[in-house]
Amino acid sequence: MAEYQNIFTRVQVTAPPYPGVPLPNDGSIGGREGKGFLQYLVGKFGDAQIGPIYLGWTGVTSILFGFIAFEIIGLNMLASVGWNWIEFVRQLPWLALEPPPPSYGLSFPPLNQGGWWLIAGFFLTASVLLWWLRTYQRAKAHGMGPHIAWAFGAAIWLYLVLGFFRPILMGSWGEAVPFGIFPHLDWTAAFSIRYGNLFYNPFHMLSIVFLYGATLLFAMHAATILAVSRYGGERELEQIVDRGTASERAALFWRWTMGFNATMESVHRWAWWFAILCPITGGIGILLTGTVVDNWYLWGIKHHIVAAYPQVWAAPTVDPTTLPGAAP
Amino acid sequence: MRTTASSLKVAAALVLATLVTAGCERPPIDEVQGGYRGTAMVQVYNPRVLAEQATHNVVPAALPAAAEGGPLAGTIYQNVQVLGGLSIGEFTRTMTAITTWVVPKDAAATEAGCNYCHVGANFADDSKYTKVVARKMLQMTQKINADWKPHVQATGVTCYTCHRGKPVPEYVWFKDVDNTAAGGLGNRAGQNRSTAAINGASLPSDPFTPFLLGAEPIRFTGATALPTGNRKSIKQAEWTFSLMTHMSQGLGVNCTYCHNSRAFNDWSQSPPQRTTAWYGIRMARSLNNDYMVPLTDVFPAHRKGALGDVAKLNCSTCHQGAYKPLYGASMLKDYVTALAAPIPPPAVAPPAEAVPAEGEAAPAPAAPAVTSSMSDAQVSKRQPG
Repeated sequence: MAEYQNIFTRVQVTAPPYPGVPLPNDGSIGGREGKGFLQYLVGKFGDAQIGPIYLGWTGVTSILFGFIAFEIIGLNMLASVGWNWIEFVRQLPWLALEPPPPSYGLSFPPLNQGGWWLIAGFFLTASVLLWWLRTYQRAKAHGMGPHIAWAFGAAIWLYLVLGFFRPILMGSWGEAVPFGIFPHLDWTAAFSIRYGNLFYNPFHMLSIVFLYGATLLFAMHAATILAVSRYGGERELEQIVDRGTASERAALFWRWTMGFNATMESVHRWAWWFAILCPITGGIGILLTGTVVDNWYLWGIKHHIVAAYPQVWAAPTVDPTTLPGAAP
Repeated sequence: MRTTASSLKVAAALVLATLVTAGCERPPIDEVQGGYRGTAMVQVYNPRVLAEQATHNVVPAALPAAAEGGPLAGTIYQNVQVLGGLSIGEFTRTMTAITTWVVPKDAAATEAGCNYCHVGANFADDSKYTKVVARKMLQMTQKINADWKPHVQATGVTCYTCHRGKPVPEYVWFKDVDNTAAGGLGNRAGQNRSTAAINGASLPSDPFTPFLLGAEPIRFTGATALPTGNRKSIKQAEWTFSLMTHMSQGLGVNCTYCHNSRAFNDWSQSPPQRTTAWYGIRMARSLNNDYMVPLTDVFPAHRKGALGDVAKLNCSTCHQGAYKPLYGASMLKDYVTALAAPIPPPAVAPPAEAVPAEGEAAPAPAAPAVTSSMSDAQVSKRQPG
């Protein structure tokens, strides 16, 4: 006898694809594309139905602008390896489109001195903002709350701080992040070292708390629901208004193990706030870096958050440039 | 069928796991603590990698000591500009040692042994570029051992420290060729290449030209908590980061060998090795400018870089992945007389009849650039053991 479970589902219930609720302007560019179909492998992980997809003018322009940014970045990467496709594939993780040198400040530099970076950044930002508008409008059209849009907005805040707000405050596009896989990671490490160790930035601390906190909450919540799904625990919204044995068992488990439990409703608010506070606090921390604080380690000393530990070497190491007669 | 399907799945999972972990090193890994507990001041070593590396760091046996006494080489041979003050026995011993350290074993007959640098019929002849380079390198070795003790300590260096039996040391650098700024797009701004010398980072791929040839400022961290005019950019930090990654790679150590990573710039909590490294940067820069660059026109084109620049040295040239070259074994102690410091030339010029009959007359011995008044005897006394 087949048994229904809700992770790695072995049984897929099939029905004709559902097109969704009617839209006021269905059939135009603002309408839905396709009729939808079922895909068995996708059904292993989520709903087996794919489509119909709604694009609308925001979706179409967002994809167009995103494609333009993707092409500018990709073609610059390809040009940087002499238009050699094999090298492009081989070195792809190392390649990047770099922001202008700091000497150009906030002026528009020549195309190959960061001008392409600014253009790509403009189109990528336009694409992301249009996609945000799309999430907001679709939520409104379906009578949903705008929670997804505001959560996405939190991520966009961090993105704009890194590539737009902070460079403007610093007076140099050269402070911004390169578009590249390893290059943006190297940039991140260099950013922290340049500004005296981001670990002493309290907003960075908060961001990490919310990052790891969000994953912890997600794991706790997901595990709880899976553990009581045999009692109908995955029907969470029903359980909010009509608390059944799944909800009771889950709540009892957490009260026994940590003395306190979230409710079927509140755990989602916890998760949402933890998730969006990660980029919000992180963005604040980055915005303050270089603009308000130049050396976070020394800031930490000033505010007594740096631990002192004993000297383990025979004598403190001395900066050789401070010795008499030293070369620079 | 079911068994076949699940075996396939297991096989696929194994292949996937292999691919995902292909860049990883299997445990056990050794850790060596170098700072206060709980501060991550440790060096991480893979014993299997070290075992392999150790085979490249075996010190060759020293040649038997030369007989005491005898006339000075400069009074017998023509055109001995650097080692003329050595006794004839020590001179021959040093030449023999250099041959074993530098000349390739598989060289063609016209290039083998002494012929790698010398014209067979006339050893005083300077027409082979290798001889002119070797002379400059001997002066460089003496300079390092005499004046760069803050970096090489009493251990010192010999030709073998870099050459390891090869005519060109394995780790040298040339200026990076980056023409990407010239076109209409694709400017990589000197970075974003997988470069072995900086451990495959996508940081600036040639940190040597600005820092080990030029003297661009390496430091970028501000000295105050709040902004007080430090305008060093993140891009500048990336250049320094690249140089530091090279040092880590070249010495086979982590950042924490020289730094407390919570405050990279703070000297007072840095391990003492940082001071040695600081002098090392200055030493490499000085040697590149004073000894390598002046040889640019001496080298043939095939020994030069794409931009026509001479091969230059960085940390890897001597260290070759070890925290100390040859793990700190001193080869200099067996060649102190020849290599520890510049040697004063003999007062007496060689007899004219020593000039071989064939070929052009060798140039008159020039006075070597004596930069230290330290005598061989004084240096010998300073060597341990």
